[in-house]
Amino acid sequence: MKKNQALINIQKKWQGSLSSYLFGFIISLLLTSAAYFLVITQFFTDTALVFTVIGLGILQAIAQLLFFLHIGKVTKPYWESIVFFSMILVLIIIVTGTLWVMFDLNSRMMPTMTEMTHVSDVPDMSDVSDIPETLNKEIPND
Amino acid sequence: MEESTTFNEIKHQQETFSRTILGFWIYLMTDCILFATLFSTYAVLHYNTFGGPLPIEIFSMPTVLAETLLLLTSSLTSGLGLLAARRNDTSKLLIWFGMTFLLGLSFVILEITEFAQLVQEGHSWQVSAFLSSFFTLVGTHGLHVSIGLLWMIVMIGQIISGGLTVNTFRRLVCFNMYWHFLDLVWIFIFTFVYMMGVI
Repeated sequence: MKKNQALINIQKKWQGSLSSYLFGFIISLLLTSAAYFLVITQFFTDTALVFTVIGLGILQAIAQLLFFLHIGKVTKPYWESIVFFSMILVLIIIVTGTLWVMFDLNSRMMPTMTEMTHVSDVPDMSDVSDIPETLNKEIPND
Repeated sequence: MEESTTFNEIKHQQETFSRTILGFWIYLMTDCILFATLFSTYAVLHYNTFGGPLPIEIFSMPTVLAETLLLLTSSLTSGLGLLAARRNDTSKLLIWFGMTFLLGLSFVILEITEFAQLVQEGHSWQVSAFLSSFFTLVGTHGLHVSIGLLWMIVMIGQIISGGLTVNTFRRLVCFNMYWHFLDLVWIFIFTFVYMMGVI
């Protein structure tokens, strides 16, 4: 009897319902089909298509988070939502950080026009006043 | 005395349930970060085809749609199985989780044949950075799904032999969260790998 009571209590705690699952399923189905057929038929031009498909994907992710994973519907204390948002923060840092650093590095590694004809590319220091005279000379280019 | 012991046991089992669910949720969040790093790697490397074919030339769109629909439906049947578990309806539970297993298995088989075909055509992960990052990202997801299938078999076995208890219900809830999370990651693979690759 006592085992059943605990089971009944925890069964009541779980947040799912038939309507939320069916609703989430239908929405996900629509969003997936929309993205797929937009891409297959190339309905929009390049940039517009990219943003539309990404938008549809994010919408579907939100729909699945709400209707399948029940984000935000857990009662107090909202530990699961707090952990979720801290994960999102870490994720944003990692993804934007990686993309920024790697693309910046990539563009810095590209050979420039002047490198192909000159050896050095030293900045001009003639307007700096607080360094000794001996150092403040122009370096000749080869 | 009898009453208070029973009450404490019930309370203990409920607390274990909440704690385990939260702990498993935190694990899923770290898994999200894992996939985020794999996505970032793919984002950096996906133009580096080493003179090889572009994504649009090697991705099969009907296969991708089929995989997406299989996984989405299996996510639904998994949720319906948990609804049956909440009603203590063991036979329905087994039917729904059995269907989840079959749909998940179809997904894995489809994905393995997709990979095998790519390798056979000469587009293996050893050829270019794009392919390395593609196989790592999609392969890691497929590995998660395969382990989920194994978990499902064990759980179905436990329910058949031991019935629905506090422990088995808790495991079903954890599995359900895991399975939904895998479908969530697949949405991002579908959007950013396959859809972006073809535009």
